[in-house]
Amino acid sequence: MTKAIRRVPSVLALSAAAFASLSAHAEWGNLNMPVGVTELSKEIHSLHMTIFWWCVAIGVFVFGWMIWSLVAFRKSQGAKPDTTMVHSTKAEIIWTVIPVGILVIMAIPAARTLIAIEDMRGSEISIKATGYQWKWQYEYLGEDVSFFSQLDRQSDEARQLKSGVDPNSVQDYLLNVDNPMVVPEDTKIRMLLTGQDVIHAWWVPAFGMKKDAIPGTINELWFKVDAGKTGIYRGQCAELCGRDHGFMPVVVKVVTKEEYKAWLAAQKAAASPAPAEAPADAPAADAVAALPAAPRG
Amino acid sequence: MANSTTAHAHDDHDHKPHGIKRWLYATNHKDIGTMYLVFACAMFFMGGAMALVIRAELFQPGLQFVDPGFFNSMTTMHALLMIFGAVMPAWTGLANWMVPMQVGAPDMALPRLNNFSFWLLPFAFTLLLLTLFVPGGAPAGGWTLYPPLSLQAGDSFPLTIFAIHLMGISSILGAINVVVTILNMRAPGMGLLNMPLFCWTWLITAYLLIAVMPVLAGAVTMLLTDHFFGTSFFTASGGGDPVMFQHIFWFFGHPEVYILILPAFGVVSEIIPTFARKPLFGYESMVYATASIAFLSFIVWAHHMFTVGMPLAGQLFFMLSTMLIAVPTGVKVFNWCATMWKGSISFETPMLFALAFLFLFTLGGFSGLMLAIVPADFQYHDSYFVVAHFHYVLVPGAVFAIMAGVYYWLPKWSGRMYNEKVGKLHFWLSTIGVNVLFFPQHFLGLAGMPRRIPDYSTQFADWNMVSSIGAFIFGFSQLLFVYVVWNAVRSGEKAPARPWEGAHGLEWELPTPAPYHSWDTPPPRNVITQGAMH
Amino acid sequence: MANAHTNDHPADKYYVPHESPWPIYGSATLFVFMIGLCGWLNEWYGPWIFAVGVLMLVGLFVGWFAVVIGEHQRGMYNMQVDKSFRMGMMWFIFSEVMFFAAFFGALFYARQLSVPWIGGEGVKFLNGLLLWQDYSPAWPTNGPEALGPRDDGSFETIPAFGLPAINTAILLLSGVTITIAHHALKEGNRRILNIFLAATFLLGFLFLGLQAEEYIHAYTELGLTLSTGIYGSTFFMLTGFHGMHVTLGAIMLLVIWFRTMKGHFTPQRHFGFEAVAWYWHFVDVVWLGLFVFVYWV
Ligand code: HEA
Ligand code: HEA
Ligand code: CUA
Ligand SMILES: [Cu+2]
Repeated sequence: MTKAIRRVPSVLALSAAAFASLSAHAEWGNLNMPVGVTELSKEIHSLHMTIFWWCVAIGVFVFGWMIWSLVAFRKSQGAKPDTTMVHSTKAEIIWTVIPVGILVIMAIPAARTLIAIEDMRGSEISIKATGYQWKWQYEYLGEDVSFFSQLDRQSDEARQLKSGVDPNSVQDYLLNVDNPMVVPEDTKIRMLLTGQDVIHAWWVPAFGMKKDAIPGTINELWFKVDAGKTGIYRGQCAELCGRDHGFMPVVVKVVTKEEYKAWLAAQKAAASPAPAEAPADAPAADAVAALPAAPRG
Repeated sequence: MANSTTAHAHDDHDHKPHGIKRWLYATNHKDIGTMYLVFACAMFFMGGAMALVIRAELFQPGLQFVDPGFFNSMTTMHALLMIFGAVMPAWTGLANWMVPMQVGAPDMALPRLNNFSFWLLPFAFTLLLLTLFVPGGAPAGGWTLYPPLSLQAGDSFPLTIFAIHLMGISSILGAINVVVTILNMRAPGMGLLNMPLFCWTWLITAYLLIAVMPVLAGAVTMLLTDHFFGTSFFTASGGGDPVMFQHIFWFFGHPEVYILILPAFGVVSEIIPTFARKPLFGYESMVYATASIAFLSFIVWAHHMFTVGMPLAGQLFFMLSTMLIAVPTGVKVFNWCATMWKGSISFETPMLFALAFLFLFTLGGFSGLMLAIVPADFQYHDSYFVVAHFHYVLVPGAVFAIMAGVYYWLPKWSGRMYNEKVGKLHFWLSTIGVNVLFFPQHFLGLAGMPRRIPDYSTQFADWNMVSSIGAFIFGFSQLLFVYVVWNAVRSGEKAPARPWEGAHGLEWELPTPAPYHSWDTPPPRNVITQGAMH
Repeated sequence: MANAHTNDHPADKYYVPHESPWPIYGSATLFVFMIGLCGWLNEWYGPWIFAVGVLMLVGLFVGWFAVVIGEHQRGMYNMQVDKSFRMGMMWFIFSEVMFFAAFFGALFYARQLSVPWIGGEGVKFLNGLLLWQDYSPAWPTNGPEALGPRDDGSFETIPAFGLPAINTAILLLSGVTITIAHHALKEGNRRILNIFLAATFLLGFLFLGLQAEEYIHAYTELGLTLSTGIYGSTFFMLTGFHGMHVTLGAIMLLVIWFRTMKGHFTPQRHFGFEAVAWYWHFVDVVWLGLFVFVYWV
């Protein structure tokens, strides 16, 4: 089935593209949730498709029923109403019980995936991301590496009101930053999210994960990019955080483990001349990096 | 009761006050209902105009027209105007017109209170709209008003809060009136289970309103004191929590969305039987389903907050309870289908709108169900998928049902028929427009476009353009609606007392146009049982 | 249910008032009141417009109620109208209950969830490690930054079994006195009615006096203010709104006392009296909740 599922968007896209030949930059194919590059995001995607198909099936049934009635019982075709048909306990029971059954079937895999999502155990790298109006700060806990990440210059110029710059001329318009977060592939990364001023939300669709970054509290999520899926993954802040909420992308560069080590070393070297910058909570941060996840309740 | 003469003096029948006082000092449920509907229509156009600003800006990537801050204000104001200014007052207007007529009462139970709850609204929205002109601009933190962002507002802040207080008072008083009218003013012989479903759904809606509007008032009051008086309800450094606001807000907010849709269920339950010429199937189960939806609506609120970092158990609970709502809603959908089955169906404009409701609300319900699945919601949340979901249930859901109701009852109100041709044209343009407008937003959301952004990456350009085109088609088609109603009232053909062949219910037993005082003497029993045929 | 089913007895018909200026005057009043408040809070101008709003509000109550009382006295309301008033009042009180529910909800949520979470308990253990290291959560609290008027961040609370217990006794007693008054009214014993009604509002004002004393004590000596963190917030908002309701209730009691002195109300028909009595009981019950959850446990 999954293969057929994957084909649906492209089929739809083809038909859409057919009548959309006017458009120069055809992105009509973006009809469905991307499959993603982590185990969880694939699970989420298949969950999404499962519910989607359930809804399609139910939809075929109810819409079919409606359309059938509308066609078969037209007054203009001389239909006579059966005014005695007003109630049926049996029918009511059937259409209560069957949906409950369907919902149970949906709920089971959903709960299973959710439990996996909330399982923070065994993470290898912890990164604290703090949302600011309007940029992200990434701190690699226990590594003394910390930097800000904000919209790149080119996008920033183009996005000004009546800037006159064609967004299509900008590479990855609004989805590019000066300093992306860097993580290794095939490694369980734990993100610790918080906000400095207002609530933000950290979201990378390809990782299937989104969580709010709330001032005064730490939220967690984890992801583990499949081996071989190095590359740049882009997302955006997903909680209204003021004027420039639309302009604080999340960009993650996934590299091999060796490249990551090298990158980390370079970052540390660059940071060491100014040790005064070391965050006050460094000891606690070390503790976190080493700590197992709390029991979930 | 010693002094009957005084009471008598106030009793003369079609004493209709004239001039401006008729409206300013109104106590008549029909006049007040009309004012509510006109007001709602004005707000719909204003809120719609703001939506068109949004869609114009989103027509293509890059910022062409408005500053991002102003864009956020438009989003916020659009939602507040549509929900509190258009849909809720429209329902109260319909309740004002129809409830006394349907239960066989002379008027609403508390007529002066009724006028009070209406006149609060223009003042409330004056306060709200004033924010467009104060330093710092209109509120821009979203209609959900999440702190700390909403606390950053400028001078608009207290205006917004107090406008919401006034709207809340108005809704509560309006709801009390409906409850009391239904429970205390039914004609003798009309049992609760003889009432038309519109009354039932409104009765339950009114309970929801009385239960949750005060909670919203409490929530915004806490915002106010956090802003001005140093409390720390929503500030962690003082022991509070921004997430607490979200819990309180959504404890109001989720029942609120059912406040917007339950009366729609009622209207559709009146229209479908009429045009299928067959009694509503499963009347009692419809009543119980409505009550179950209302009950469930109190225990699902946190499905708007799956990403705030709730404990696992909480997420599971709110996922399951939310999914359950599909069951009673499904019962309603199936009963409507069964009503049409073996009917004798004709397709006048009210029926067309009701049918579009049936299809498109169900579609919106499906996407709601998808949103309830927590892991998937981690992807959907705060994306355009959510925007698509709620516009499907709100626009071809609530708004279409309101329009269906207006087409359906307009002949009774005005004594004149609307122009069926233009009505149908309005229907088709609206239905096509609304789908062009909102269906592509599913794609945008799934592809990763966040909501509440004034500008987007170029990969989202195409469907945004389509959506914007749909918005303008849909928006401008609504001018036709105004034209149809205006034209009918001014110069429509005279309507008979029962313009729809299959219509049942007490309102159709009244002459057309309905007399100024609906049931000055309660309808006789045989009329009630005949009318309440289901 | 008495019904308006015949034309022969107009007095038995449901009274539908004709045009009334009060509703729109009332709406305008609230508008002036609120815009006055807005302008004052925004420092656009002084409290003057607000003061006008207050005056208009007084005029509203006096004027509108005078009309209703007059109509009532002239017997224009049949039993069905009376019942509408009663039901209206009940549901109004229910809405008030829900208003308080929001604040009680805030209290419970803060106490049971957000404070422990800030302190890093349970699933939120990271908060304690990374954000609020030195904070040990316990109720009462003014938060990890110990917000409040005192420099050292300390504050004291008001013990339940001092003034608050006395106040509880006062309100409970006033619940008894108003019930006695009600029975006296039903038995036609006007003297007892007048005395016990007077006793009720005197107890109400006594309560308010003691409450004011408590507030002064809290502000001047205990370091307990509205801005003393979450404890101060919930304490003053709950007791403050309750106090406002007691004030309103006591004024209403005073009004119906004047009315009984003028000979209003009959043993059978006394909606105004009952409405105020219900309101008073509601205020009473809310206080019990406050006593238990704000002061005591
Ligand atoms: C009229 C308004 C209305 C209505 C009726 C609904 C109905 C539903 N809504 Fe919706 N919703 C909103 C208005 C509404 N919603 C708004 C305004 C928001 C966004 C607010 C904001 O953030 O600004 C929102 C957001 C929203 C979210 C949060 C999304 C997010 O922010 O991440 C969720 C999540 O669970 C949700 C779920 C549901 C569900 C399960 C229903 C159910 O009631 C739907 C039930 C109906 C059906 C399922 C279809 C018919 C049933 C059958 C044919 C039976 C068989 C079916 C099955 C067994 C599947 N809604
Ligand atoms: C009942 C509620 C309701 C209704 C009816 C609508 C109707 C519409 N909505 Fe809206 N909407 C919401 C409730 C509603 N919406 C809510 C709750 C939000 C979330 C807000 C938030 O995030 O905080 C939202 C957000 C929202 C967004 C997302 C904004 C963002 O995230 O930044 C968009 C974008 O397309 C949108 C579009 C529209 C459009 C095009 C319509 C159309 O149906 C409107 C139809 C248009 C007209 C009726 C215009 C008629 C005007 C003319 C013809 C011009 C002539 C003018 C005059 C005569 C004055 N709405
Ligand atoms: Cu940060 Cu939106
Ligand atoms: Cu909801």
